[in-house]
Amino acid sequence: MSISTVPTGSGRSYLRLQARILMAPAILLLVVCAILPLLPTIYYSLIDYRLLASTSHDFVGAANYGRLITDPGFLPAIGNTLMLNGLVLTISILVGLGMAMLIDRVIVGRGLLRLLVISPFFVMPPVAALIWKNLLMQPVAGLFAWVSSVFGAGAVDWFSTLPLVSISLIVAWQWVPFACLVLLTSLQSFDREQREAAELDGASSWAIFRYLTLPHLARPIAIVVMIETIFLLSLFAEIYVTTGGGRTTNNLAFLIYSQVMLQYDIGVASAAGVVAVIFANILALVMVRLVGRSLEA
Amino acid sequence: MQRTRLSSVARRTLTWVLALAIAAPLLWALLASFKSELEAIASPPSFLVFDWTLENYRSVLESGDYLHSLRNSLIIAGGSSLLVMALAVPAAWAMAFAPTRHTRGILLWMLSTKMLPAVGVLIPIFLFYRDWGLLDTQAGVVLLLTAGNLPIAVWMLYANFNEVPGEILEAARMDGASIVQEVVRVLAPMALPGLASSFFLIFTLAWNESFWSLNMTTTDAAPLTAFVAAFSNPEGLFWAKLSAASMLSIAPVLVIGWLCQRQLVRGLTFGAVK
Repeated sequence: MSISTVPTGSGRSYLRLQARILMAPAILLLVVCAILPLLPTIYYSLIDYRLLASTSHDFVGAANYGRLITDPGFLPAIGNTLMLNGLVLTISILVGLGMAMLIDRVIVGRGLLRLLVISPFFVMPPVAALIWKNLLMQPVAGLFAWVSSVFGAGAVDWFSTLPLVSISLIVAWQWVPFACLVLLTSLQSFDREQREAAELDGASSWAIFRYLTLPHLARPIAIVVMIETIFLLSLFAEIYVTTGGGRTTNNLAFLIYSQVMLQYDIGVASAAGVVAVIFANILALVMVRLVGRSLEA
Repeated sequence: MQRTRLSSVARRTLTWVLALAIAAPLLWALLASFKSELEAIASPPSFLVFDWTLENYRSVLESGDYLHSLRNSLIIAGGSSLLVMALAVPAAWAMAFAPTRHTRGILLWMLSTKMLPAVGVLIPIFLFYRDWGLLDTQAGVVLLLTAGNLPIAVWMLYANFNEVPGEILEAARMDGASIVQEVVRVLAPMALPGLASSFFLIFTLAWNESFWSLNMTTTDAAPLTAFVAAFSNPEGLFWAKLSAASMLSIAPVLVIGWLCQRQLVRGLTFGAVK
């Protein structure tokens, strides 16, 4: 990281003042839009507040949290959130890593390969979800049903038997490009001489992968996990357009949405919002540390 | 020798097959968009031999909904991206060229706001918007997307500005250039590729954003994400038409995305992977 030397004396403090003025609008907007609204969320979670009933907005302490935790939909939503994140991360990183290692070795046509692989990332979630749900996963006329019939297997009714897995597949498809591109970028900065030397010394390709490539990719993989998790915690549209929620596919985000929009219960929804924020903060703490280290590198 | 050549051919074939498989859902929808509704749901499916038709595109373009949503998407993504740049360029400039002991903390704090799940603030913002008449307005969505993408832009630009040698800017400053002259005349030409790709990445993210745009709009300000999402109701399930609408909705950012894919890695990893 380059740190520019600044003029001394009054010039320096003038520069500092200017710097503060230049940063202020960005900081202000983030405080107003991202931080301040957290306060009412906490407040609503402690009062009796329903949009349809004429409640008195009385302070009820932890009652909303109690109702949230005893809600039969709460634990499944937590489980689904973890399951979705886990599946999407696993699939996107495994496929992305494999693809990156393959493309890394290709010389002719690499540009076109990148083009093919990167495309799903730029597809808006509703489009991705609807194309997969209908054109691919539909059990009668979908492409997958036809492919499995070619191999003599029966069609899978994806959304009625494996709704959460289906959604995970769709989301993983959108994140494979990101994982692949990050890992490919990192592979290309990998010391080729080191690998060639290992090859000459007769190291097996597994040994090279395990002891040279994988350690080199550890940090980029950690970063992919972090960035994907940030986006996955607010996963919404894919559930919205495919199953419309329900106990089997609600994640925490969708549970909150349905508490507000379908049950009009602001108190409980806010309690769930606070839980989601705490949940994210635990993850964020680990991850900010990870990225923070890269600032010094 | 023979064996290595064979395995390299096998590897190359595998690479292309997998890459095509990843792109297949899109290519399949592209094909379906040129089919008739009957052919789109035919089983076994027809691949290239069918009556190619532009009927689906015509009917999507003719229903005013698409153009209305396209206009909203352009206004929302364009407006919020411009606003993001207007806020992020000065901030990143200050952090890169006049760093203090707080700079690192501010950068990480900005990143941490990105980690707060949007649902945590959904309720107050929804109620506030309802009371202030901001629900289903372009301005309302622009404001939220601006806050959402600002940290990413600051990080991208910060990493970018860091590569501009500070001495050149100091020299300009010593020669009596004002801050505005310094930014416009000296910094901008050097940082222009970074500025452009940051703008386009933010534009793409805003175009595809589907949490706030689905929650905060209904009709007036509904962008393309909401337009496509409306196809999820059962009576709207015409595959060929859905495919045409999908292609028309993703085409602009797909092209932009292809053009600045290299910056994508750096932008979305906050400069941690170069």
